[in-house]
Amino acid sequence: MSALADDCVPTLPRGVRLREDHARGGTILVAPERIFTCDEIATEILKRCDGAATLAAIVADLSATFTVGSDQIRPDVEELLINLRDKQMVTL
Amino acid sequence: MNEIVTPTPSAGPAAATPIATPPPLGLLAELTHRCPLRCLYCSNPLELDARSAELDTDTWKRVFSEAAALGVIHVHLSGGEPTARKDIVELTRHCAEVGLYTNLITSGIGVSDATLDALYKAGLDHVQLSLQGADEGTTEAVGGYRGGFERKAAFARKVVERGFPLTLNAVIHRFNIHQVPALIEAAVAWGAKRLEIAHTQYYGWALKNRGQLMPARADVDRTIVEVEAARERHRGVLTIDAVFPDYYARFPKLCNGGWGARVMSVTPAGLVLPCHAAQTIPHLRFASVRDTALADIWASDPAFEAYRGTAWMKEPCRSCERKHVDYGGCRCQALALTGDAANADPACVKSEFHTMLSDLAVIEAEATPDRAEASYRMFRKDS
Ligand code: SF4
Ligand code: SF4
Repeated sequence: MSALADDCVPTLPRGVRLREDHARGGTILVAPERIFTCDEIATEILKRCDGAATLAAIVADLSATFTVGSDQIRPDVEELLINLRDKQMVTL
Repeated sequence: MNEIVTPTPSAGPAAATPIATPPPLGLLAELTHRCPLRCLYCSNPLELDARSAELDTDTWKRVFSEAAALGVIHVHLSGGEPTARKDIVELTRHCAEVGLYTNLITSGIGVSDATLDALYKAGLDHVQLSLQGADEGTTEAVGGYRGGFERKAAFARKVVERGFPLTLNAVIHRFNIHQVPALIEAAVAWGAKRLEIAHTQYYGWALKNRGQLMPARADVDRTIVEVEAARERHRGVLTIDAVFPDYYARFPKLCNGGWGARVMSVTPAGLVLPCHAAQTIPHLRFASVRDTALADIWASDPAFEAYRGTAWMKEPCRSCERKHVDYGGCRCQALALTGDAANADPACVKSEFHTMLSDLAVIEAEATPDRAEASYRMFRKDS
């Protein structure tokens, strides 16, 4: 049982941007008045939230890229997305 | 994921090696001082820059390119009213192209639908709309502009319709402190994602008008309860950030991560300030983007160095365990109320001026304000 539907489409809304931080290094997620540093896993997940890919497709892609089972990846992906949805930084 | 906060420098012998200041995170671009409103607490300086003194389009573009290269993430396009600049769309597009996150800080007055559409296409990320009150009468009394409230409501709806995230910013004082619940309801009804309830900071115009603006303690306490309850009620829909007044506090607020630590401001004429109110400190001289690179100003300009870190501190800050927590509070307030910008912020209980400050708040809040004494901002005749 998972909390999010397979076919939901995680999207970064206008006003939320994922970008490289050239000056300090790493990847950041930028929102009004807020900046979050992303670790590698968060970066790989958020890079795939292009407003077209479904949750199921994102998990499948991650699983193929990193040769890890979907069932292992899915909970982490959902946890991150739910957390960001509550901060109004991702729409699902 | 972690939110970026300013790193606390480690004390101890290692501090002997000078560490380069980390790059700034934010740039406040005061594109113009022109504005259809004239709020009693305006944060623009008492001496406003004339239109003829404003930086031209190419110079602003260069400043934004330099800021992006230096590591700035957020750029706040502000004023005055930033859309009074004819090149606002062009400047916004340039910021987006060089990778800056753009926030338009606007009164919402006089911004056409066509401008909003063009800003959307140009890549504007976020809109912050100021509110003077929750009804027509208060909006006019505070901002000196008739019919403003309805126009702001209409503007807010257009912003949200186009898909921009919207923040409302309401500066709170005696005229509108009873309207905090109504402001919260307006934010929800208009579809704002964030609401800033910011009690007035007293320097510049607000200091001139402090007798008019100071709210009563009981009213301040009530708003704290109102904000808490509303946060619960609107969780996930509206984020409420609240700044409560210094004059009734025990410790000062950390200002922007400390002087010269996270942000810089550029005035309409191109002076670079460590804080947007830094011109209230008379002995400081500021470099201009017209002849100095932003990176050099950030690294070593004397005005930035003046109160950076903790070396400038006197007692009680110097030996205080909170000195890396609040960096002594606000330099501008220390100057305005104690006469020395290197004193502890008088909002601090350890400051010898603290009781004077809280007494003054009580006296002014209890007095009946004489509206005839209100000073509205205006340009000098020759500007
Ligand atoms: S004494 Fe200075 S450093 Fe200590 S709390 Fe007060 S203002 Fe802050
Ligand atoms: S030093 Fe004072 S006036 Fe300047 S930004 Fe900080 S709090 Fe505001």
